Amino acid sequence: MDRAEATVVITNEVGLHARPAALFVRKAKEFESNITVQNLTRNGEVADAKSPLGVIKAAISQNHEIHIVAEGPDAQEAVDALVTLVETELA
Amino acid sequence: MSRLLKGVAASAGVAVGPIHRHRDELPPLPEGRPANTEAEIERFRRAVGAVTEHLSRLEETTRAKVGDDAAEIFAAHAMFLEDPAFIGPIEEEIRTRGVFAEVAVSHTAERVAGEFAEMEDEYFAARAADIRDLGNQLLRQLLGVGQSDLSTLTEPSIIVAHDLTPSDTALIPPGMALGFCTMVGSAVSHTAILARSLGIPAVVGIGEVSEVDGTTAILDGTAGTVLLDPSEEEVAAARAEIERRERERAEAALHAREPAATLDGHAVEVVANVGNSDEAERAAEAGAEGIGLVRTEFMFLDRPDLPGEEEQVEGYRAILSHFPTGPVVFRTLDVGGDKQLPGVEIAPELNPFLGKRGIRLTLAEQAIFRTQLRAILRAGPGRPVHVMFPMVASVSEVRAARQVLDEVVSELDREGTERATDIEVGVMIEVPSAALMADLLADEVDFFSIGTNDLTQYTLAVDRTNPVVAPLADALHPAVLRLIRQVVEAAHERGRWVGVCGELAGDTLATPVLVGLSVDELSMSPPSVPLVKNRIRSLSRETCRELARQCLAAEDPAQVRELLAAS
Repeated sequence: MDRAEATVVITNEVGLHARPAALFVRKAKEFESNITVQNLTRNGEVADAKSPLGVIKAAISQNHEIHIVAEGPDAQEAVDALVTLVETELA
Repeated sequence: MSRLLKGVAASAGVAVGPIHRHRDELPPLPEGRPANTEAEIERFRRAVGAVTEHLSRLEETTRAKVGDDAAEIFAAHAMFLEDPAFIGPIEEEIRTRGVFAEVAVSHTAERVAGEFAEMEDEYFAARAADIRDLGNQLLRQLLGVGQSDLSTLTEPSIIVAHDLTPSDTALIPPGMALGFCTMVGSAVSHTAILARSLGIPAVVGIGEVSEVDGTTAILDGTAGTVLLDPSEEEVAAARAEIERRERERAEAALHAREPAATLDGHAVEVVANVGNSDEAERAAEAGAEGIGLVRTEFMFLDRPDLPGEEEQVEGYRAILSHFPTGPVVFRTLDVGGDKQLPGVEIAPELNPFLGKRGIRLTLAEQAIFRTQLRAILRAGPGRPVHVMFPMVASVSEVRAARQVLDEVVSELDREGTERATDIEVGVMIEVPSAALMADLLADEVDFFSIGTNDLTQYTLAVDRTNPVVAPLADALHPAVLRLIRQVVEAAHERGRWVGVCGELAGDTLATPVLVGLSVDELSMSPPSVPLVKNRIRSLSRETCRELARQCLAAEDPAQVRELLAAS
């Protein structure tokens, strides 16, 4: 079982709310691996990245640092794709 | 036996037809235990499937009819239905506690919504509402009461509801709404504004009504009444009135695109009030010569976040595109404590209409104000644009607002950003103090637009949202007409022009007195444009002036109405 992780800062004005949150979850669901996201800035709980409720409740706002962890066959691809999403489309 | 219900007149015209009762109430939840837990979970999953399908239909219709942003709401709802954090606990509760699916859905939705409601931000409060809404849809499906959905109406009906939200009304198929009747609401509610813009008769604030689904009714949006189970004679009379109005409309439509001048050659500019690009398109088709009022707040309401600068530029540009040459007046954000703005904290107010609203709010929230002004100026590069400030009560507010505007202009020029060239600045005259100070205000601006709805409610101390006193809010009160005269005289002495953009402007009964008071521009909901133009063409300015003099000397609105009806 592969494991991959990354830490990234949200630059988006509205944070991971509303449409950005939906896009993030949609992207996470494209992968087989289990993926979690944690709001490091708020020292929040570890949330399921494929759960919109979980991601929204993590209350990720602009300039918050988040920690993404994936475990599964496509762990590295999943983390790379989510980081790219945050840094490009959601920037 | 026929039965007459009285409410507040919200949109003129008469409608006859069956009532469609739009329900949001739910029957009680089932008690006891299902015989088979696994079968109950299956029943729950089928309900999830049906609601998902329903949501995707709503999303599609909304995307086509309203726009991408509104459609996103339904896409987000659909995502929650796939969320293990929502679906998991429901199935778990059915399995372990052996309850009916309805009970489990109700518990979980309430718990999850409660968790969101506890979080400090308003954004999360809106998500709590989403979850409750979704729980409701699941319950409706499980209880077999059907979705409270207006998009599937197949028979033209008078729609009766507790209240209608903009998303409700947006989904009604064209031609299916003969009239709107809401139990709560006021002449300034969304339902009322939308009904006027579509030319659909409406009565609001009718109070509680029961067992009316399918009943034939006559809705009179001019008188503010709904007659249930009318006699054949009454139906025939109503149909005759509808036909008369249609003939009048058809006749007026023939000359809709020609300018309107009185018999003695005095031209009056006839323009429209709009909230979005679709309405602007309808206004252009109706023959409006421009837009006298863009209600920019429509872009800001019913959404989780504020529209960004680019989104606003696009929205305003779409409106401008329907009027490549005519004047377009953008009124800056006009909201207050009665309408929540995402991300803006307004402490609860006992009387929001006398609270922090209009220019008072935007001067306090300068970031929002600046973004909007940038967007308005960027929307029409190289063309003239009119910017108007709402709820102005004193000269200092106009100076402060103009200063922000000047700063925004210099900022755009420094950046080398393309912008509108000729910027005319105006204020709404809707607070009596502004009308009384019109001479000094005229030195600060290029034009006035009189908002007769608010000017009437503030002058007469009548809350238009209170059905008990709402009928007293008659804009044809001589006190309101005297203020209009004072404003026009003060403006004309200084070479400024004056428009009227309240409902009075679209009321053909009032046209002669407004022409007689030398109002330069009349701005109204698009369907009224051809009718008012026709009315202007039948008048002589000299006669109107004399009539206005008599109206100003009248004692009360009733006398004014008599004088006008006889003219």
